[in-house]
Amino acid sequence: MSRDLLTGNAAAAWGARLAEVDYIPAYPITPQTEIIESLAQWVNSENLKARLVTMDSEHSMLTAAGAAAATGARVFTATSSQGLLYAIEMLYTVAGWRVPLVLVNVSRALAAPITLEPDHNDVLAARDSGWLQFHAETCQEVLDSVLMAYRLAEHSDVLLPAIVNLDGFYLSFTREPVEIPEVEAVREFLPAYRPEHARFSASHAMAQGVAVLGSSAYAFFKYQMQRAAEAALDLHDHVASEFCAQFGRCYGAVEAYRLDDADFVIVMVNSFSTVGKAAVDRLRIAGNKIGLLRLRLVRPFPQQEIAWLLNGRRAVAVIDQNVSIGKGGILFCEVASALAGSSPPPLLSYVGGLGGRRFHDEDFDLIMQALRAAEHEGARPEPHLLYSAAEYEKMRELLRVAHGSDPKAGT
Amino acid sequence: MQTRREIYRSIKDVPHEEMLAAGTGLCGGCGGLLALRLFSKAVGEPCIFVNAAGCMTLLATFPFSPFHASWLYTSMASAPAGAQGIRDALDVLIDKGRLSEAENLKVVVVTGDGAANGIGLQSTLAAIHRGLDFYYFCYDNEAFANTGFQMSPASPLGSRTSTSPAGTKTHKQDVFELWRAQRPAFVATVSPAYPLDLMDKVARAGRVKGPKMFVSLAACPPGWGIEPADSVEVAKLAVDSGVWPLKEVRDAKVIHTVVPHEFRRVEEYLQTQTRYRHLFEPQRQETTLAQLQDEVDRYWASASGGCE
Repeated sequence: MSRDLLTGNAAAAWGARLAEVDYIPAYPITPQTEIIESLAQWVNSENLKARLVTMDSEHSMLTAAGAAAATGARVFTATSSQGLLYAIEMLYTVAGWRVPLVLVNVSRALAAPITLEPDHNDVLAARDSGWLQFHAETCQEVLDSVLMAYRLAEHSDVLLPAIVNLDGFYLSFTREPVEIPEVEAVREFLPAYRPEHARFSASHAMAQGVAVLGSSAYAFFKYQMQRAAEAALDLHDHVASEFCAQFGRCYGAVEAYRLDDADFVIVMVNSFSTVGKAAVDRLRIAGNKIGLLRLRLVRPFPQQEIAWLLNGRRAVAVIDQNVSIGKGGILFCEVASALAGSSPPPLLSYVGGLGGRRFHDEDFDLIMQALRAAEHEGARPEPHLLYSAAEYEKMRELLRVAHGSDPKAGT
Repeated sequence: MQTRREIYRSIKDVPHEEMLAAGTGLCGGCGGLLALRLFSKAVGEPCIFVNAAGCMTLLATFPFSPFHASWLYTSMASAPAGAQGIRDALDVLIDKGRLSEAENLKVVVVTGDGAANGIGLQSTLAAIHRGLDFYYFCYDNEAFANTGFQMSPASPLGSRTSTSPAGTKTHKQDVFELWRAQRPAFVATVSPAYPLDLMDKVARAGRVKGPKMFVSLAACPPGWGIEPADSVEVAKLAVDSGVWPLKEVRDAKVIHTVVPHEFRRVEEYLQTQTRYRHLFEPQRQETTLAQLQDEVDRYWASASGGCE
């Protein structure tokens, strides 16, 4: 084991290297590119015995990735944002092939307007595709999640591909201390991939990805995927406990931060949870019994655990770094559905962090006040769009510039 | 006049073994299926067919496949990328000793003209650019036939499709030349009406490593408006009228492997098909008919190389 300062992207690349992947189809996109650059260097220097091929698009990249996995190779790939959406046809297709590759998505907000910094509309566009989704908060967790993702995806009761998600810029380019395990220890946790269900060779002819005619066959295969994802939820705890025993770092499907005695809870994902935890600490000093629930496994969705952790609280706010236009926060809907059928606490929905917008103390102060009010006033499912007066003033200035000399513009 | 064939000299050389079983759900008289049947015999086993969305996608429908070999349906746009993934995975697994060389496979993309000329052209050119060692077989029925015969970039000028009811206004895209510009290891046109020419090209292509590109004219009885039994005759007339030149590239030169002794009139070919009926009824469209003949004449006048 060694310890180094790694960016989130470098941690992702180390995950692939330690998993001793065979094949890496690649296509550059900001902010992911550092991952494939690192892997290309290691392949070139033979620190990683794999083939890296630059494809013509993310759509082709995912096709090559899935086809190689269907042939029997352990496959890694990475993308971001527009790239993930460009590949989305193949995300569904490859999941249907039941091949357990791992893709790291470095979140970046979606056009239009085109931008670089993160939010989660990209990875959540893949939410329903059949890929498992791990959302990482730290660089260490990125590396660890890649290894755990292979282990879970390759389990014979699962056989679904997996996405490990990290935030662009905020985590992809932030250096944190990361423990890099020895490859021998990783091999004990994650043995070589030995596919039995899907492989192509001369003595083993197979037809994969064939058409089905008739809805019964279609529904049967889709239900199998749902059952496999449900199995993955149970198996995750087993995989996580083995990982914990091997490496001393323990991860749940969710992370409960200062929840034991919390009356109020905010729900967040990924690297901005770190900001949320700091806010929890600050609000606790001011006398608020608040905690944070971080969703780590987003697919399969650990709804029982979420319900168990949230029921009985005085009020809960879900902070979404995404927006389903015309509805609001996507994870708010997911959390609300997890609580359906019980007597849920009042639920509030906040949308923030879009395009990498930072969270400020006043955002959390506002949420804290609303949580206290909600205890008496009840739930408010309409999304609250976080935006400060200062930001709005700045934006008005920019609009005036954009409209040139028109004095009425930007009002 | 025909070039000297090296491997398939007589119809007796065609193997009896079928790689593609009869009784598929495809239309009677499908020219693409006949071409694929000959093509697969010449490629030989062990191989894997990697398919782009089109008529041939319906060959393998759960729980059946007519192929003795492996099959992977990918998407409409990215079959060559699927071929890349399989080729690379086999190479890596063999290199690492996890698969023996005896388990190796030839990788064959099977695609229609709609995918080959449009949505799948990018992934195809990229596979040629990377020098991928694979076979690429395009059955060109000159339309999106599987969805009911809509116009594709391969639809010829004047041909009627369900989205060009007055006749296609654009010229057929020349996918052979698009491929050739990237210098693939092998590139040829073929026709199921000339089985020995087809199979000899495929067998000779098998001697070289890299992209081996084939486009076969594929008569489509329901789309072209011909009787299934006439499929081969119409395909033959396409070659004999000069409309579908049989050629390949050798030493960077285009060589015509079958040149009719006496060219039949283009009109003769067009009249066999209801997709061209509007050129003859109720009035003859003399300008279009003359243009179609003229384009074929000018092609052959400028054709370099010719038979050995």
